[in-house]
Amino acid sequence: MSASEAGPFLKIEGVSKSFGSFQAVRDVSLTVEKGEIFALLGGSGCGKTTLLRMLAGFEEPTSGRIFLDGRDMAGVPPWNRPVHMMFQSYALFPHMTVAKNVAYGLKHEKMTRAERDARVAEMLDLVQLTPFAGRKPHQISGGQRQRVALARALARQPKLLLLDEPLAALDKKLREHTQFELMSIQARTGVTFIVVTHDQEEAMTLADRIAVMDKGQVKQVGSPTEIYEFPNSRFVAGFIGSITSFEARVTGREDGLLAVEVPAFGTRVMARDVAGVTEGQAVTLALRPEKLTISKDRPEGPNAVEGMVKDLAYFGKDSLYRISLPSGALVQAHAVNARRGTEAARVADWDDRVWLGFDPGAAIVLAE
Amino acid sequence: MKRRPVFLITMLAFGFAFFYIPILSMIVYSFNESRLATVWGGFSTKWYVSLFSNRQVLAALVLSLKIAFISASIATILGTMAGIALARFRAFRGRVMFSGLVTAPLIMPEVITGISSLMFFIMLAEWIGWPAQRGFTTVTLAHITFSMVFVTTVVQARMIQADRAIEEAAMDLGSRPWQVLFDVTLPVIFPAILSGWLLAFTISLDDVVITSFTTGPGSTTLPLLIWSKVKLGVTPDINALATLMVLVVGAGVLIAGIVMNRAAARASADARLAYRANE
Amino acid sequence: MAGSRLSRWFDRKGWSDLIVGAPYIWLLVFFLLPFLVVVAMSVATKTSTAPPISWGGEVPLVSWEAYARVFGDGLYLRAFLTSVLNAAVAMVLCLLIGYPMALGLVRVAPAWRNILLMLVILPFWTSFLLRVYAWMGLMGRNSWFNGMLTDAWNVLVPVDWAVRSIPMMNTNFAVVLVMVYTYLPFMILPLYASLERLDPTLDEAAMDLGSKPARVFWDVTLPQSIPGIIAGGMLVFIPAAGELVIPTLVGNASSPMIGRVISDEFAQARDWPMASAVAVVLLLMMVVPTMLYSHFQARAEGSK
Ligand SMILES: Nc1ncnc2c1ncn2[C@@H]1O[C@H](COP(=O)(O)OP(=O)(O)O)[C@@H](O)[C@H]1O
Ligand SMILES: [Mg+2]
Repeated sequence: MSASEAGPFLKIEGVSKSFGSFQAVRDVSLTVEKGEIFALLGGSGCGKTTLLRMLAGFEEPTSGRIFLDGRDMAGVPPWNRPVHMMFQSYALFPHMTVAKNVAYGLKHEKMTRAERDARVAEMLDLVQLTPFAGRKPHQISGGQRQRVALARALARQPKLLLLDEPLAALDKKLREHTQFELMSIQARTGVTFIVVTHDQEEAMTLADRIAVMDKGQVKQVGSPTEIYEFPNSRFVAGFIGSITSFEARVTGREDGLLAVEVPAFGTRVMARDVAGVTEGQAVTLALRPEKLTISKDRPEGPNAVEGMVKDLAYFGKDSLYRISLPSGALVQAHAVNARRGTEAARVADWDDRVWLGFDPGAAIVLAE
Repeated sequence: MKRRPVFLITMLAFGFAFFYIPILSMIVYSFNESRLATVWGGFSTKWYVSLFSNRQVLAALVLSLKIAFISASIATILGTMAGIALARFRAFRGRVMFSGLVTAPLIMPEVITGISSLMFFIMLAEWIGWPAQRGFTTVTLAHITFSMVFVTTVVQARMIQADRAIEEAAMDLGSRPWQVLFDVTLPVIFPAILSGWLLAFTISLDDVVITSFTTGPGSTTLPLLIWSKVKLGVTPDINALATLMVLVVGAGVLIAGIVMNRAAARASADARLAYRANE
Repeated sequence: MAGSRLSRWFDRKGWSDLIVGAPYIWLLVFFLLPFLVVVAMSVATKTSTAPPISWGGEVPLVSWEAYARVFGDGLYLRAFLTSVLNAAVAMVLCLLIGYPMALGLVRVAPAWRNILLMLVILPFWTSFLLRVYAWMGLMGRNSWFNGMLTDAWNVLVPVDWAVRSIPMMNTNFAVVLVMVYTYLPFMILPLYASLERLDPTLDEAAMDLGSKPARVFWDVTLPQSIPGIIAGGMLVFIPAAGELVIPTLVGNASSPMIGRVISDEFAQARDWPMASAVAVVLLLMMVVPTMLYSHFQARAEGSK
């Protein structure tokens, strides 16, 4: 198909979905490139599964269009889409063995028996389940079931694989291991993955790009680094990692930096300039805890705020400080425990007066 | 991809027509003026009038209700005991035989149950002189026997579902096992016991075959009365009787169903609210 | 002292012995014993006394004559065959009508489901006898239903085949029709129970892997509902094969079902040994499918 070279591999254009009066997905537009792992990240009920089901063909969009490889998918039933889904519940057929489950989709391909058996064997080998081929789904563990579901969805060599919370049913240890396995299987097969997850760490580990969703809308699309370091809204900044936010007002621009008045600091700070912000505009200043320095003396640089250690939690490799400012506001800051030592070696202790400093580049100004 | 299951809905409509057209036809013809039960001869309520003045019908109805009430009550006690025994007592002597005895009446054809009860009562009278005459007592005994196993099935199923931990908690708090039974187990399974009783009552009230074998002169239940008339063909007064029975039972089941449906709807609404609150 | 010993015995063991014992003894006396009486009768000799049997007096004490006639006389074998055939046809028809209905009940909007389910159960609570009777009214020669079918027949077939009314009453067709009518809920309810448990995402998974809805039914829905099919089939077949009321009221007296044979041998011919022998054979015939059923069920549960 010539269209595949021209446009993006998957194009979602202004897609909305309503159930009655309730809008589960609102005006979502996205493009996904061939061979990437794309994550849909958002809290429970934000419409991730609904969006996935529209891609698989189980729901028709109320409005908007979906193009796969240049082909409009409107009206194409699920059984005719080169898209396969790994269901959140895995949806393995309980009355079929592992091998039969994996072979199921191949019934609809023009293949000889030998070819089909070979493909099943290859898939079972890919997910390391060859010894379990003859078992029924209830005779294997949760992690193995997950891999059967993956092998079944991959067996027909789909153009696009949709994974709905693929790791949610696994325990923490297995989840971490499986993340890397998923990535390696994706790399070996070259199939485009769209992974739905509510777990930001999972999204950051797995995905080449992430779309952050909230209340049916896509808030931001970008690489994990972009999403983390350059969030475009308070929602995204707060959803990914921890952050402390303050109300602020833009007072002007100096040396390519933005001057921002922060009432909670009782002072003016300098921040990285963002487009579309005008003088006098009310904004939010957000600071990630690991980007702050804590020192007994006033730090160099334009940004310094004095406060008192209200609370501290020792985690081993680092410590989390909660600093109360004269205005009453609280700031969180991380300090790496680089030096070995007992309590005396700490940067600061309870009730110590300390200075917080941060680079203008680390201060995030959010207009939204 | 939600498509209307047209074929299935058609089959449902066809099935319900099949279920209800005969009954509706019977109801309509109960208002038939004509003595020829199947030929329409104008509207009339005279068969209802003659029905209500028929002493025989009323006596049969009273006898049926009496037998059904007594047999259902005893069957519920015995059947509940058997259900508890099968669900809770893991191993006791003769358990295999006991569970066989409890399932066998479920698959025994009614003719065989009827004939065996009758032969048994006759031989018993030969050997020990009791029962001298068949009638109310023998019918009730037979009804208890074959309806108690239905109670057992219902109670046993409910017991297996019930949480054993609450019984253990009661024992932990110092109750003897039989006290636990009365304080905890029976109250918990009470709805099952109640539906077991209703089932036994209905089965007894509806039975023709076993009753016809075990009854004697002067003890004609309502189904037996209908049976003897129906064997001779379709008559308008039976149409009237049938209409009354169908309406009474139908109304009862409908009301019970609506009440339960409301309760179920409320429960699921509560669950949904709780779910929303947790989100 | 004795009282406290009694109460200790009661706390430890007596209460449970009582709970097992009462229904156990009841069933032994009023179920097993009567059945043993039937077995004993089946090897007795017919007499003209009252009761009309004796266990010899001469040697041999037992007589196998009744069993010899059950298997030797074509009448009994035909009755068995008629019963099995009628029951099997009724079972298959119940399955063919009941399966789509049960599936329909699962697929309709939840608001409808409970009401429709109640409409399936409602006939079950109304008198069995009267449900049979209702069909007598429809099948009779002068009824509107028969008239309607007759008119349809006369329009559809050549003039030579025209009839004044369709002979429905007192045929095996009538028996099967009324059996389907009265036993259909017993097929629908277990089917509904097994279909309702199925996970709808399995259907979606099959569609996602390329199966059209009809194919999904064969590959996913049907195999998973086999326990319901077997349960419903048993619940229809077993009572239908031993049915007495339906063949008596709407059946053909010249090719009777086995229930009617037992009843007639007993009440009309007063041949108790014969009635008993037929009953014993019928029961054995019921036991085989039941054991198969519980075997399958045990296996199904074992593999869960
Ligand atoms: N078939 C449906 N009918 C009505 N509401 C639905 C349906 N499917 C999903 N929803 C609603 O849409 C919202 C988004 O659901 P979903 O896409 O499953 O969220 P997520 O997968 O992000 O947790 C939820 O509030 C859910 O209740
Ligand atoms: Mg979801």
